[in-house]
This record gives sequence, structure tokens and C-alpha cells, in this order.
Amino acid sequence: MLTLEGVSYRYAGAARASLHDVSLTFGDREVVGVAGRSEAGKTTLCLVASGLAPRTVGGTLAGRVLLDGEDAAPLAIHELSGRIGIAFASPATQLSGVAGSVFEEVAFGPMNLGLPREEILQRIGEALAALRIENLAARDPARLSGGQQQLVSIAGLLALRPSHLVLDEPTAHLDPEGTRLVGEALARLAEGGASIVIAEQKTDLLAAICSRIVVLDNGRMAMDGASDKVLADERLVEFGVRPPAAVRLARAAAEAGIPEPQRARLREVISA
Amino acid sequence: MAAASTAMAIVLGGVIGPAVLVLLAVVIPGLVAGILPRLMRTSLLLSLPIAISVLVVNLFFYPAGRDVLFQVGPIRATAEGLAFAIETLARIGAISGAVTLFYLTTPPSELVLDLERRGVGPRLAFVAISSVQTVPAMVERATSIIAAQRARGLDTEGSFRKRLRGVLPLAGPVLLGSIAEIEERTMALEARGFTRPGRRTLLWHPPDSGRQAIARWLMVAAVPALLLSRAVGWLGPLG
Repeated sequence: MLTLEGVSYRYAGAARASLHDVSLTFGDREVVGVAGRSEAGKTTLCLVASGLAPRTVGGTLAGRVLLDGEDAAPLAIHELSGRIGIAFASPATQLSGVAGSVFEEVAFGPMNLGLPREEILQRIGEALAALRIENLAARDPARLSGGQQQLVSIAGLLALRPSHLVLDEPTAHLDPEGTRLVGEALARLAEGGASIVIAEQKTDLLAAICSRIVVLDNGRMAMDGASDKVLADERLVEFGVRPPAAVRLARAAAEAGIPEPQRARLREVISA
Repeated sequence: MAAASTAMAIVLGGVIGPAVLVLLAVVIPGLVAGILPRLMRTSLLLSLPIAISVLVVNLFFYPAGRDVLFQVGPIRATAEGLAFAIETLARIGAISGAVTLFYLTTPPSELVLDLERRGVGPRLAFVAISSVQTVPAMVERATSIIAAQRARGLDTEGSFRKRLRGVLPLAGPVLLGSIAEIEERTMALEARGFTRPGRRTLLWHPPDSGRQAIARWLMVAAVPALLLSRAVGWLGPLG
């Protein structure tokens, strides 16, 4: 369980805070989407939740971040790395750059933690299998497609066996095919019971994998609730979030006077 | 081994010494590794700019030059200058050959693992490798920025001054972009426990045969041996 308690955060040198008094709990095996317009505080929330802010990024944090009820403040970043994993938008910058193969790239984190050799090998196998990229094991990470690279970097995090996975716009730099690849892999992880926090502008992706959605606006909590309720809420547009295609279609169908049985059929087709 | 070859190239005088060295420590290993054509090409490209400047400077401006070969205006090309330039070129050729051989035969990931196994801190090894690896990324970034700026009417062709003016606005975006990327890279590394103190687990290390170790030590030992031989004057035409 990952809890933010009255968290406010200001970047070093910034005139005002990027997060204001945010209180949230991300439960175990819960897949939570974080939506909001650009600059709403999504990335900052990810950095604070993963512990990178303020440890690596600098800045000032007020409030507390709790990991399974324990205050995370005294923990060093390498102690957090086995408990919370974070992935970013750009696949290329997340690869270590020193691994000649995907296998070695996924091994990078567990090697850093100084785990026993057999355990590392087992973890690599599991991480590659969880994302179904065993076939890429021998490939050079630098020569993969963006979507494949993103899966490799997520596999590198899974090999650390974090209790929570924080993903900051994991498909923002990907083409539609890469987005589909990553989306399907995340959906499988979610079904498998992973605890994921995913900040994303693409609400279709959120609708497909999240059970709960948090909407941020101007660094403050704007909405928090069950995925289908939040994504169908009329206020979503006010917060700069485009509703998923299924919701927009349903609205258009209602406005056009299409009767309910057909509308239900449309919703089914879109969400499939 | 590249370092030992480089040191030997500097110690050995004349043309024959470095030429023998190129044959033994660059051409034959390159041939065995099956990369000789690539090795030659890369090594020549690498040493070409400095080779040209060495040739021009020494040929025309060698201070002890007496024997004039030809004259261009007030500038005289001397035979002594030419001889010295050829000697220096032989050394440069041996050095660039040795460095290129190392670069072409050693994958960065293996170098990091081997350095770590021998007790070098992973951060130091990482810095050495990642600085090499970021060069292609920066070139790629610069190329796309040039293309984007040209598309918006920037003139990067024409006279030298014009080109310089056109290239200057690139420096900002290329450097700033790289710095921003470094921040994200740092975060990604820290999130994967890279800053944890203590030793990392090494899954494997490149094989290091007894023959390789002997060759290495022989080359290292050859440096002081050559130095001594040259000082005493045993090397004859090689010295």
C-alpha cells in the first residue's frame, strides 16, 4: 500500500508548488489511472510517489509518503528501488546503455541490488515472461522499436519485484502500434494482480486497464473514483481530459436519438 | 594492450619500428579477428585530420630544416621536415590502429563487466561507457534539429561565415536537450538501484584465457624493455 498524506511539493527554484495538499492511497493489486491536462501535476505525482522527488530531483516536500504504513522519508533511493518502480515516457533514456542484450538490460536492476546470481536469473525469466518478450532476450536493446524498448524497461523494473509500479505516460512517445503493445502488456499485468499507478493522457488506455481514476487539476485533486464513473463524468472536459472514445460515441449516439439497445451494442463494440 | 602499443609507438623511433609494431600488434590481430578492412578504414579516418596537419606543419615549418625541396612563396618545404613528418605519421598510424582495434573488438558491456571484476567502481566504468554511447544520440539530435531549422528557413549552406552563423543556433538546443536527457537518465538509473553502495552481482564476465594474460603482460613488459634498449642504443635501425 502506497499512501500520500497531505503532500505538497515545490520544485527547486519554482515560484509555486506543483502539488497542493494531495492525499491518496494506492491499494495493493489496484490499478489507478492519473489523468489531467499537461502541467496538472501528473509527472510530479509520479516522482513524489516513487521517491525520486525530492531525493534525486531536489525541491521541497511537505506531508508524508507512506509505504505499507511506514514513513518512506528515511529510506534512500536505492532502498526504495526494490519497492517502487518508475518508468518514464521516453524509452531510450531509460535503458542503461551498458547492456548488450535485453537479457542483460533486465538484469541491470537486480545486479545493482547485489542479489544472488540464481535469483537474478529467475527474476529475469519471470519479468520477460510477464511481458511476453522472452523472444527478445538476445536482441540489442538499442535496436528495438520504441514499444519494445518500453516493454524492456518495464521488464527491468518488474525484475526488481516492486510492490508498486509507477508509470509516467508510458506510451507518450510511442506510435499506435507501440501504444497497443504496451497497453496489452499492462492489461495482462493488471489482470495478474500487479499494483500500478499510471499517469496518462490517453483515456482509452486508462479505461481499458484501470479500476480507479484520479484527476488532477492545477496540482490539486479534482476527482477520484471508479474508472467508469470518472471517465463518463461531464466535468472531465473542464479539467482538460478528453473522454474515452466509448463515452464520446455514447454521447453522440444519445444526442442523435439512437435508442438504448443499439447504444449498448455500440458500447460493447468500442470497448472490445 | 592498446595502451601498451601506444606507449611502444612513442618509444620506438624511426619509421621501421612503428611499422613493425603496426604489423605485429594491429594488422595481424585485425586479420585474425576478421575485421582488417573495417579496422583500416576507421583508423585512417580517425587519424586523417591530425595526419594532414602534422604533414603540413612539419614539411613547411620544421625549425631545423636546411635541405630545401621546393618553395611556395616565402615558405620552404624541407627534406628534414618531411622525414620528421613521416616519422610522426608512423607513430600516429600505430596509435590510431591500436585504439581502433580496441574499439572494434571490445563491446562496451563486456568492458564494463571486466573492469568491474577487476575492482573498478561501476560508476567510473559506467561514465566511461555512457560518454561514448551518447555521441551517436547527440549526432542524431543535431541532425534532426538542423533539419527542423532548415525547414523553417535557416541557411546552413554557402560561405564559411554564413555556415557558422547558421550552425550557432544549434548549440543551444543540442546541449540543453542532452542535459535534459541526462536528468531523465539519472532518474531511471537511480530508480534501478544504481547508486546503492557496495558490490553489484556480476552475472558473467568475458573469458580471459591464460594466453591472453601472457600476451598482455608481455606487451606491458615490452614498454620498459624498449625504453631501456633505445636508451642504450641496442635497437639499431628500429630505434
